[in-house]
Amino acid sequence: MSCALLFVITMMCMNFFRSWWSQVEMGPPDAILGVTEAFKKDTNPKKINLGVGAYRDDNGKPFVLPSVLKAEEQMRAKKLDHEYGPIGGTAEFCKHSITLALGDSNEHVANGLNSTVQGISGTGALRIGGAFLQKFFPGNKTVYLPTPSWGNHTPIFKHSGLDVKQYRYYDPKTCGFDFQGALQDIAKIPEKSVILLHACAHNPTGVDPKPEQWAEISKVIKDKQLFPFFDMAYQGFASGDVSKDAAAVRLFLKDGHQIALAQSFAKNMGLYGERAGAFSLITSSKDDADRTLSQLKIIIRPMYSNPPVHGARIVSEILGDANLKSIWLKDVKEMAERIISMRTMLRDNLAKEGSSRNWQHITDQIGMFCFTGMNPAQVEQLTSKYSVYLTKDGRISIAGVTSQNVGYLAHAMHQVTK
Amino acid sequence: MTSRFSEVTTGPPIEVFALNKAFLDDTNPNKVNLGVGAYRTDDCKPWVLPVVRKTEQAMANNEALNHEYLPVLGLDPFSTAATRMLLGKDNKAIAEGRAFGIQTLSGTGSLRMAAEFLGRILKYKTFYYSVPTWENHHLIFVSAGFTEPKTYRYWKAETRGLDLDGMLEDLRNAPENSVIILHSCAHNPTGVDPTPDQWKQIADVVQEKKLFPLFDCAYQGFASGDLEKDAFAIRYFVERGFELVGCQSFAKNFGLYNERAGNLTVVVNETKVVAPSKSQLTLLVRGMYSNPPNHGASVVSTVLNTPELYEEWKGCIKTMADRIISMRQGLRERLEKLGTPGTWEHITNQIGMFSYTGLNQKHVETLVNEYHIYLLKSGRINMCGLTSKNIDYVANAIFETVSKVGLDSSL
Repeated sequence: MSCALLFVITMMCMNFFRSWWSQVEMGPPDAILGVTEAFKKDTNPKKINLGVGAYRDDNGKPFVLPSVLKAEEQMRAKKLDHEYGPIGGTAEFCKHSITLALGDSNEHVANGLNSTVQGISGTGALRIGGAFLQKFFPGNKTVYLPTPSWGNHTPIFKHSGLDVKQYRYYDPKTCGFDFQGALQDIAKIPEKSVILLHACAHNPTGVDPKPEQWAEISKVIKDKQLFPFFDMAYQGFASGDVSKDAAAVRLFLKDGHQIALAQSFAKNMGLYGERAGAFSLITSSKDDADRTLSQLKIIIRPMYSNPPVHGARIVSEILGDANLKSIWLKDVKEMAERIISMRTMLRDNLAKEGSSRNWQHITDQIGMFCFTGMNPAQVEQLTSKYSVYLTKDGRISIAGVTSQNVGYLAHAMHQVTK
Repeated sequence: MTSRFSEVTTGPPIEVFALNKAFLDDTNPNKVNLGVGAYRTDDCKPWVLPVVRKTEQAMANNEALNHEYLPVLGLDPFSTAATRMLLGKDNKAIAEGRAFGIQTLSGTGSLRMAAEFLGRILKYKTFYYSVPTWENHHLIFVSAGFTEPKTYRYWKAETRGLDLDGMLEDLRNAPENSVIILHSCAHNPTGVDPTPDQWKQIADVVQEKKLFPLFDCAYQGFASGDLEKDAFAIRYFVERGFELVGCQSFAKNFGLYNERAGNLTVVVNETKVVAPSKSQLTLLVRGMYSNPPNHGASVVSTVLNTPELYEEWKGCIKTMADRIISMRQGLRERLEKLGTPGTWEHITNQIGMFSYTGLNQKHVETLVNEYHIYLLKSGRINMCGLTSKNIDYVANAIFETVSKVGLDSSL
């Protein structure tokens, strides 16, 4: 066999064995998960993880809600099967979800104006919404996010095929709401665009508009004919009161907006890994609701066919049983109150440390997260010197604060900021 | 009030769900559901596998368990066991660190993740699916950004078997980098699988034309009753050195339909591409649903990783596969005994849950409307819908229908 032929054959074999995947670039590491990984490796006994947003009890342990345990017990007695469920989740789950959001006996559900489907928790609900808007939204296919927003909003909407832009929201000078900046920017958004709003407990800042501010925001959005897409991941978890936390959503409906709504039961029912969430459109007619529902199912089918039922069944069991629901309302209030009391303790301890900084925002802000106002350099020190783990933007998860570690945390925060 | 969504039209109904609804609404006492693809016992009831029930109970009693988030790529012991189950525990690719799995939302989710990765990261544009195939394949790939859907011949009506020549010719005409969707075993909807020698010929063409093999593995164990036997095709391809993916579902073989337990097995040639590939998959998952559901995967992981439970589970799959095989035999015997026009050996030649009976639309309409026997317009039946109690009724109905309506070239 000639040398040339041998060479060609060798090259062909080498090409065959070289991988299809060699051009694949390493993706950027996830900032939040990176924090947890670093935390796990740290051997300092005083270490605190203020990274990932999952509730922890006062011993720093995951909390399975008593109402959830009871619901699971009741479910087991029913000996349910594992047959395929409907593409959009069960009608029961969907009804309970949207009713929780809009209130018992609300007219929208009563008149069949909602098209609601189960989503893979909040993320999945947002993605279904994004995909639906990309396909059917007759306006400007751009989603306007507050600055800052949950880091995953951008990839979710971009993967859905939408454009993503910003409007001012957080004011680093006050660690509070940039109300005027928000209004100005919202007024400049092109008509018929999509605007994403955090219903309560803004992630990552913890900064929520006051009721009278929501009323003005609603008005500007209406004037500009923008489409409000609410992300409600913390109903009940923010103030401890499910109605109070849904106030913005309910106000917008009262003001006549047709909205999209993504709900998550990850935090308020502690069902994180079971992926129970819902996506809804509140439309103007039953016919609209029926048609849009049929299209939502067509989006879901090529994604995963039908949703996981375990978590959704727990939600249905709780919300459909008066006794369980009342236990759940207590459970969620307990979680919210522990968070609120940790905020107070942290602020008090900082004062005790002698900090002269204004830490009022710690108790002004609400929900799981707090934008402390610390800069990256201070964050770095907090982690390397004190083994306190948080994201570079200065965000802490209050869920990671306990009565046992709050003193140490305050001390560490004071040291790096004084 | 006018709506932004007034132009949104009603989407077309999905046949199999519409059929199921029609069956449920039917009040006729003799009705038979040969539509939706889920296992049924001889009493025509859903079957929660005893090993699954037992495992769920143990999980419930285990106070150490909670509902915390899984990692983005899912429960690692689950994926490790699932990949090992598919490729074999002594598989070279696994030993060399060239095979990995990520947890997905059952088989559909696995296919979608594979399609997203192949389409958006590797930028492949063309995909091939068999004629016929599971009706969701096309939409999954198009939704993931593939722009060139193409078909390869598969079902040969005259023989009620595989059109190998047609298939090979179509694959030979496929452009390089085309993703070829292959059914690992128990082809859906025909039940026709290539023989080992035919798989070899298919592999030759895939290699020659530099096509990318994607295996849809929804029925491992469920087809023949033997996990190793049902994995022959994909293991053969791995042995031959192909890079490929296997999209696994635990819906049927674990009876965990609504818990959405699935795995995407990826086999590569170089270990150094594993980390970048996983990181890109992580980003795709994060943007779609953040992390997968815990319950179903935990059940599967516990069973696959606990020797006694694993053996018990293998017994369960054999039970299901054996019942289906006996229904196939029973149906064929009765049809032949009745002297039903046409030939019926394909009923036992085919394998798995489904059979392409060769019945045409007119036959199907008659069966649905006159006999209240529900099957898809394509003539696909779900063997699991047959029981010792209804098999005579169904065989008679088919005999009467075919005799009455007559044959066409497909029978």
